[in-house]
Amino acid sequence: MTPSLPVPPTPPRSPSAPASPAPPLPPTLAANPVLATWLDFTEPGVVTIFPGKVEYGQGVWTALAQVAAEELDVDLGRVRVAPVSTATSPDEGITSGSRSIEESGSALRQACAQARQVFLAAAADRLSVPASALGVADGEITTGAGGTGLTYWTLAGRPGPAGPGLLDRQAGDPLPVKAPVRWSVAGRSAPRLDIPDKVAGRPRFLHDLVLPGMRYGRVIRPPAPAASLAGLGDPPLPDGVVTVRDGSFLGVVAPADRSALVSARAVAAAARWDVTASLPDERDLKGFLLAAPAQVVTVDERHDAAAAGSVTRTLEAEFTRPFIAHASMAPSCAIARWDAAQVTVWSHSQGVFALRAAIAAGLGLDPGQVTVNHVEGAGAYGHNGADDAALDAVLLARAVPGRPVRVLWAREDELAWAPLGSAMLARLSAGLDASGRIATWRQDVWSNGFIGRPGSGGEPRLLALAHLEGGQPMSPAPDGPPTGAMGSTRNAVPGYDIPDRLIVRHRLLAMPIRTSSLRSLGAFLNVFAIESFMDELAAAAGAGPVEFRLAHLTDPRARRVIEQVAQMSGWDGRAGRGDGTGVGLGYARYKGTSGYCAAVARVEAETDVRVTDVWLAADVGRVINPDGVINQVEGGAVQSASWALRERVRFDKTRITSVNWDTYPILRFTEVPRVHVTIVPAPGEREAGAGEIAQGPVAGAIGNAVADAVGVRVRDLPLTREQVTRAIEQS
Amino acid sequence: MEQHELHVTLNGTSHTLACEPDAPLLDVLRHGLGLSGPRFGCGLGLCGACFVLIDGQARSSCDFPAWAAEGRQVTTVEGLLDGETLDAVQQAFIDEQAAQCGYCTSGMVVSAVALLRGNHAPSEREVREALDGNLCRCGAHRRIVGAVMKAASGRAGRSVPAGQAGRARRTAG
Repeated sequence: MTPSLPVPPTPPRSPSAPASPAPPLPPTLAANPVLATWLDFTEPGVVTIFPGKVEYGQGVWTALAQVAAEELDVDLGRVRVAPVSTATSPDEGITSGSRSIEESGSALRQACAQARQVFLAAAADRLSVPASALGVADGEITTGAGGTGLTYWTLAGRPGPAGPGLLDRQAGDPLPVKAPVRWSVAGRSAPRLDIPDKVAGRPRFLHDLVLPGMRYGRVIRPPAPAASLAGLGDPPLPDGVVTVRDGSFLGVVAPADRSALVSARAVAAAARWDVTASLPDERDLKGFLLAAPAQVVTVDERHDAAAAGSVTRTLEAEFTRPFIAHASMAPSCAIARWDAAQVTVWSHSQGVFALRAAIAAGLGLDPGQVTVNHVEGAGAYGHNGADDAALDAVLLARAVPGRPVRVLWAREDELAWAPLGSAMLARLSAGLDASGRIATWRQDVWSNGFIGRPGSGGEPRLLALAHLEGGQPMSPAPDGPPTGAMGSTRNAVPGYDIPDRLIVRHRLLAMPIRTSSLRSLGAFLNVFAIESFMDELAAAAGAGPVEFRLAHLTDPRARRVIEQVAQMSGWDGRAGRGDGTGVGLGYARYKGTSGYCAAVARVEAETDVRVTDVWLAADVGRVINPDGVINQVEGGAVQSASWALRERVRFDKTRITSVNWDTYPILRFTEVPRVHVTIVPAPGEREAGAGEIAQGPVAGAIGNAVADAVGVRVRDLPLTREQVTRAIEQS
Repeated sequence: MEQHELHVTLNGTSHTLACEPDAPLLDVLRHGLGLSGPRFGCGLGLCGACFVLIDGQARSSCDFPAWAAEGRQVTTVEGLLDGETLDAVQQAFIDEQAAQCGYCTSGMVVSAVALLRGNHAPSEREVREALDGNLCRCGAHRRIVGAVMKAASGRAGRSVPAGQAGRARRTAG
């Protein structure tokens, strides 16, 4: 879209539209207002949509296709989703934070509503009838008498010498969109568009992409975060293998993946490094978190002198989590090619525009010289190594101009070098009044920042930049605005009705272990802590977990998910079964403003803790694809159970040591709980994401179930046999 | 690098190809034969993403030396299709929407096919045990187990006498 393109306005709204003041356009449509940016009708019978959000197994493409089909009145089978690219897609920021349906869905829906109106106006002109007399059936313009022969495709036109296409125009004032009661494509469980390829083993992932003339690169990472390359030695390398060295950045480019791997091993064996022990004591994460310099900010403060004065009893507790890895099933991968001064990158990054800017800033290029194309990778649960691998590929491709170079990380590098979710400490204290109500709440959270993505804080933040000659170490990760919705304090503001509260963030200003966004950010620990503490407060107040929570919740949607999950799980309020089993409840409204989720876990804690079942009730407002929501909530619950029971990044004084699945175990088929999900319908409420809502509530439910089973509160994650034993010994 | 001649039957077709003697079978499948179904996950046989059938047994190909496949029958997830028709396990994965990212799916399907060839009516426990060498990070386990059970009951339906097929199918539903 060039700025000189003539851009006629969208026709005014039909007179029948309601006259209420127009709400603003969805933000990403307002930022990318040309309708042709979002929709293309060039191929007859096909609607191509251009969302700016990427697919990584969460099913967002399918849901967005449903949104478009619904609003345009075309069959779902006609909708094709264009891969995200900085060259052709609207910039919708990062695909993260469970915001895709809310942001991209709203933008696309409005763009489709406007496109539909443009087409109807054009058809009305041709047919000399009022647009209000026209309808659409599977892309064909209809009248009361049936089809007209005019379709979206015949009307669309194409930009060219004859002038702009019909959709080369700015979005006008927002139009009313179809009410959910009239939906026939959205709101149903359409099968995912990507699964057939995946069950057949067809090429689908970036890892499968082979470009003509492609070379294979590997990076030889330093043996520790604080290490510099002292010498290369003289490794024997096969013919045709190029070694790339820039400061402490070291890589090879080879004609085949196998020779790249073999060469990288030879180079690694010959290289000499100066290594410094820079990591904290893994056995004393709390000591590390409390001792590190920190930026202290108030996140939420509400004073109520009467409430504070009514406190008759105060409880205090501390909860911790270790560093946790994304541990995607596929190691990070990228392809890059230099053509003179132009760089083209293929990446499974969650934010191709931010990656483009970071590569350009890091290498002193103009962003216009860099194109980043998204190609699907394996599941991403936040900011993993995808962006770093992209820079690796760019650096190696510089050595073989004109040739694409593909970089694949080793599993060991993925677990040692991709950003991690930070270790955290939450210190809670709460005051109960004489009637057993919570009057005051204070929560302090210590953590490294969670917002370490490319460009965050104005820094490129790509791994290899620190290793290049003259490169600076990456600064400690930012943590986003100090609110209960962002960073380490996401969900640190309890969602309960509490008159007096103070929530404080302590963001570490030292980052010996690199951290960034991991699914749900701080919510996993904060909700684990709050929900554990709620059970302790309930016990102190002599109330049951369900009734105590409901007594502090007036929001009917919050109450509904708790009541629903209690019913689903057959909650009987009975504590202390004495048979090694236990049940527990956890609840949170994600970010304090998004989807509601309540969970009940049942555990067996005879030796190791085993979660047998998790029941979840979720309210995410209006739902585009119910099975997609259930799939996300199920997956979130299983991953949360794995974090809560097993996962802990291990390290010694110099390096991360949990670098493969034997040292970084996750829950396996024989260990995962049965998961039962119910969606609590709320069709009148705006869409909220489902991908992260389960993380906190499931951790809280498991923690409470373990306490129910063993009679002792375990406050340090993960809930391994050792941690449970230690808690029992200390009780 | 030194090359070695390897004779292998892949997905029903005989191949003779040159490979390094100590290259893993996965490397030969992906880069030598251009397959994408077996996927690289860990390189140590710990995750199951690269599982293939070797003489009918499901096992990892990332840590299986290519030379050891000499004269063997290797089947990848691609080889389970009959033309364009999916195997019952593959179809069941679609029917049950048994994936999120799908990177582990090939290996899961291979493990499930191996299980069902030896056990036509596995219990849920047996399915979970058979898949225990396959990791899934997205948490699609319930759906995957459901898909394998569904494929099993469909197969059981086909193998029982005609008079009882209806009952078997109802059980499957």
